[in-house]
Amino acid sequence: MSTVNPPVVFTQDELGWVSWIDPLSETELTERHFAGLVDRARAKSDYFRLLVRDPEVLEARTRTDKDIFYNVADGLPRAERELAAAATSRHNGCIYCASVHARFASTYSRRRDDVQRLLDEGVKADLGERWNAVVKASVALAATPIAFGPDNVEELRRAGLDDAEIVDVINGASFFNWANRLMLSLGEPSKKAISPAQELLLVSTLNGWSRA
Amino acid sequence: MSTQDIIDTLAGIEPGSALDAIRARRLQARENAQKSYLSLFEPIDSGEFSLSERAAVAAFVTGLHGESPVAAFYREKLAANADGAPLLEAITAEIERGRTSGPYGAFPAGPLSIENKAGLIYRVGAERKPVLGARLAAALEHAHLLVFRPRDASSADMKALLAAGWSETGIVTFSQLVAFLSFQVRVVSGLRTLAAASAQELAS
Repeated sequence: MSTVNPPVVFTQDELGWVSWIDPLSETELTERHFAGLVDRARAKSDYFRLLVRDPEVLEARTRTDKDIFYNVADGLPRAERELAAAATSRHNGCIYCASVHARFASTYSRRRDDVQRLLDEGVKADLGERWNAVVKASVALAATPIAFGPDNVEELRRAGLDDAEIVDVINGASFFNWANRLMLSLGEPSKKAISPAQELLLVSTLNGWSRA
Repeated sequence: MSTQDIIDTLAGIEPGSALDAIRARRLQARENAQKSYLSLFEPIDSGEFSLSERAAVAAFVTGLHGESPVAAFYREKLAANADGAPLLEAITAEIERGRTSGPYGAFPAGPLSIENKAGLIYRVGAERKPVLGARLAAALEHAHLLVFRPRDASSADMKALLAAGWSETGIVTFSQLVAFLSFQVRVVSGLRTLAAASAQELAS
């Protein structure tokens, strides 16, 4: 039985996630469940084996998620969709979701330091006009009652977003109000344990020891 | 699909409008947001979470977000149920009792603690417990937590639902329903705001 080692700060590191109620076991999964998982590889994840207790909802949710974030034929660049997801997660307080989508935002934007400032300083960090507008719109959408208004639309337009791109911001930020609530309430994040071999490699890299 | 798209209907998006064309470019998202709605409100199997409970939780959750076409839609859905009238009355009173502003709650103890924000810890009114029953009362308390202070959630909250008679599968569907509505109400609100801003621009 592994013990949970919860992170206490927002991070771009890879985290684990531990369920508070029982996921299905891999041996219980039927074709109906695999249809719900969409990708068979997700059968390895506790989170998806928990959500697959309702396979129809999981399947529809997964396909909604994939189109909002991965369909980049047009609309907002992937990096800024991930920024909306990370900002929403930062504001709602989902350390796990923020870690995943901050990493994606860094990868696609190559602005890792700015993404880290969003995590460290919070949603008021100054990240330049365009990113500020996306973060502010995401924060306004996360509020209950919803605070997204004409000023947000105006700011996004001033920052150069057209209406199709603004719809991507609305979809991406709104979707994370769905994701955050599941991740935060059905289990908790855990820092990944580093194996002794990985630790040795890390220490040797930090100390500049040559592997060659 | 025979049923009209629920987000388009609630957001007032007309076929052939600019937003209709934009939404058509994310067809898979549009169709699967609709399928999410149908799988939650017209499920194959409602054994672990009854249709009446689903309608009651939906009216509560959307009502907590303030008055809107979405809240009105789910209120009517609840009223249309056989046992809807007394439940709707109780839910309406509980929305008043639970209304506040979020997100708030505590972070894990550490550097983020300075960002902790205190707020209402909602509990169902004692006078409404007989009409709601133990299962629904526990569900409303958890739904309020999910809506306003999701970062406060803990394993104890799962235990409270299990103790009130919820199964693990029921908890998953119930959590999906509240989380899905948190998405749906925002997409509808966002699209309405965008449409109004565009109309304003044309008029000026």
